[in-house]
Amino acid sequence: MLDLIDGGSGTSGGGTSGIDTLRLGAEEAMHLLERGEVSPAELHAAYRTAIAQRDPELHCYLRTVDFEQDCTGIPVALKDVISTKGIETTAGSRLLEGYVPVFDSTVAARVKAAGLSVLGKTNTDEFAMGSSTENSAYGPSRNPWDPERVPGGSGGGTAAAVSAGLAPWGLGSDTGGSIKQPSALCGNVGLRPTYGTVSRYGIVAFASSLDQVGPVARNVRDCALLLSLIAGRDERDSTTVELPEPVRLPDAEDLKGLRIGVPKEMNEAAGIEPGVTAAVARAIELARELGAEVDECELPRSVEYGLACYYLIAPAEASSNLARYDGVRYGERADGERYAEMVERSRDAGFGDEPKRRIMLGTYALSAGYFEAFYGQAQKVRTVIAREHAAAFERFDVLVSPTSPTVAFRLGERAANPLAMYLSDLLTIPSCMAGLPGLNIPCGLSEGLPVGLQLIGPQFAENTLFRTGHALERALGFDPVPERLR
Amino acid sequence: MAITREEVLHVAKLARLELTEEEVGRLTDELGAILEAVGKVAELDLSDVPPTSHPLSLVNAWHDDELHDSLGLDEVFANAPQREGDLFRVPPTT
Repeated sequence: MLDLIDGGSGTSGGGTSGIDTLRLGAEEAMHLLERGEVSPAELHAAYRTAIAQRDPELHCYLRTVDFEQDCTGIPVALKDVISTKGIETTAGSRLLEGYVPVFDSTVAARVKAAGLSVLGKTNTDEFAMGSSTENSAYGPSRNPWDPERVPGGSGGGTAAAVSAGLAPWGLGSDTGGSIKQPSALCGNVGLRPTYGTVSRYGIVAFASSLDQVGPVARNVRDCALLLSLIAGRDERDSTTVELPEPVRLPDAEDLKGLRIGVPKEMNEAAGIEPGVTAAVARAIELARELGAEVDECELPRSVEYGLACYYLIAPAEASSNLARYDGVRYGERADGERYAEMVERSRDAGFGDEPKRRIMLGTYALSAGYFEAFYGQAQKVRTVIAREHAAAFERFDVLVSPTSPTVAFRLGERAANPLAMYLSDLLTIPSCMAGLPGLNIPCGLSEGLPVGLQLIGPQFAENTLFRTGHALERALGFDPVPERLR
Repeated sequence: MAITREEVLHVAKLARLELTEEEVGRLTDELGAILEAVGKVAELDLSDVPPTSHPLSLVNAWHDDELHDSLGLDEVFANAPQREGDLFRVPPTT
């Protein structure tokens, strides 16, 4: 534990208590608290100091939160789609500027009940729609490995904060890759849980049959620990279920008996960078050395049609969910002589370009004359994707692929072309459509930037993913601290 | 798969968005390109495949029929752009 205390020297985290927030994991921080070596307030203060040092450059946080005296645990960062009572929650949108929830989301209530102190609300693409945080109305976050590059999205704020030592862990939300992809681009561990594992009550809704809150952490055990605090049935979200088995903290060192499938289309898709392919191939080889049985498999239509399926279903659901922003009960209201005029002007003024595009796309796909050809057909493709994955899981326990086809891209590189941005989620989307859990772990560097390995399991197989991720993480020995901050 | 300017205006009306001229032009181009890409789903013959609306096969998620406290009116109106008594005030509807 000594290596966690650097005496407050240099640039590495610092703070009055000498806590190196760049190196400190959540579980280790909890041990420091248990042994009385640091107080909850000191821990919170150490992260606030790190935020004051590095967040002006990285812009992970939309706002920070002062320490609440009754908190007994370590800090946590929450994506700004997570409603927090008394703390402004904007979902990265101008439309919700100044909106202060009068109730806590279930996940916020659960982390607080576990004693965690909320460090702040992290940046996100507006209404979680995007893959880079460039769609945030409050400006983009930056990648701690290279501030000229994006941290991924939509949950780039949480992912960048965790990698830059500005939070020990945090929560994101994932519709088509918004946890896994930023974790891949920032070099940390992020889980999209099985649909139904974590309550959506109080989460700013994007696409309700896909949205799922999940943990982002520095290592797999921390990720599992945070999931255990938020998972399980919530009476306020009827799509949640009791977990078939409790979350277990992984301690496996080998992968004996594990059957790993390597879907050909997910690993050979056009657009995957050679450096990404190489790092993922090394991780797969390592899994074999750890005792796993590895074999190739196929998901032919999931990859070829997944993106099209997602970009019909998610915008359709979004167009319905975002109908609530009408300037009547909360949110921005524009002037208008008549009610309809007020609503139309409020929505045009409040929504940014990407939500408008998706509302328009979804409304079109649901409109008379197009419903069957677009939305109806996409729902059938969703069945095909679920069946292909179910067939693969008859032979395998875990499927592996790159999480993102590329390493972190430059700010502005894809911002002008919506379709190019949508391709960022090519490999994360198929499993989301099937409601499957997916874990990103960092598996190496390419061009000095992190490469993410995606592990997909059957529904409610999070413990298998954690076991696999933990054993691989140990064997890979990836240093999650960005090189420029070491 | 092109989308016409008239269709964009129609969809904007359905979506309650008062788009600017610039937005109508840009969205006509962008939506055309996106629809061409997502229109790919039509390539598959799925006449025998049932649709999936939800990833879990949940049936009847009941909870006990108990009274719970709800938000007080001041909380309900806390974020309202305009309140009049116990009502949300809006411009005339006709």
